[in-house]
Amino acid sequence: MLYLSQEDYEKILTHCKEGLPNESCGLIGGTKDGDKKEIKKVYLLTNLDQSNEHFSMDPKEQLAAVKDMRANGYVLLGNFHSHPESPSRPSEEDKRLAYDSKVNYLILSLMDAEHPVLNAFVIDEEKNVTKEELIIG
Amino acid sequence: MLVTVAGVKKEIKEGTTIAQLIVDEKVENPDYVTVTVNDDFVESDDFATTQIKENDSIEFLYFMGGGAF
Repeated sequence: MLYLSQEDYEKILTHCKEGLPNESCGLIGGTKDGDKKEIKKVYLLTNLDQSNEHFSMDPKEQLAAVKDMRANGYVLLGNFHSHPESPSRPSEEDKRLAYDSKVNYLILSLMDAEHPVLNAFVIDEEKNVTKEELIIG
Repeated sequence: MLVTVAGVKKEIKEGTTIAQLIVDEKVENPDYVTVTVNDDFVESDDFATTQIKENDSIEFLYFMGGGAF
């Protein structure tokens, strides 16, 4: 189960809306206690692709975020990206490019501007997708 | 010799290359990992020839990307 504060949810939502029409992305850091994962800090990264259909995170920003997590006693819990015009589920490309089976992949769909949808997933080495329960608030 | 790998101090053999460290650390999907040594990004073509030195700090970063389709 993954916990995300309302404040951090708003941070992700604002970042992704500001990035439109392109996809936006970032990292999530926090704590793990058994199956309970709590997001403590959201890192807003640059989509180097500057595209509405693709994203690639800036490795230099990734490195800075990972070091900040460590300095704060957090671990990398996963990443997030937006789907400006498609549902909140991993695309074939998302699955193909999911190289870390130990983290959560959060996808924010903005296809319905009035009703954004954020879901969290795990993608294993065989590219099987499992939805993770996400508690916002 | 003492080095730091992903924030953890550990002993590794003298002469260990980045390619060998990737194997030793059992890094998943190594073809898609970016490596930094002391915050400098190392080209993947140089993994097999870049030897790690005492007190180096090494990070493994997964490529993170995707798409809508």
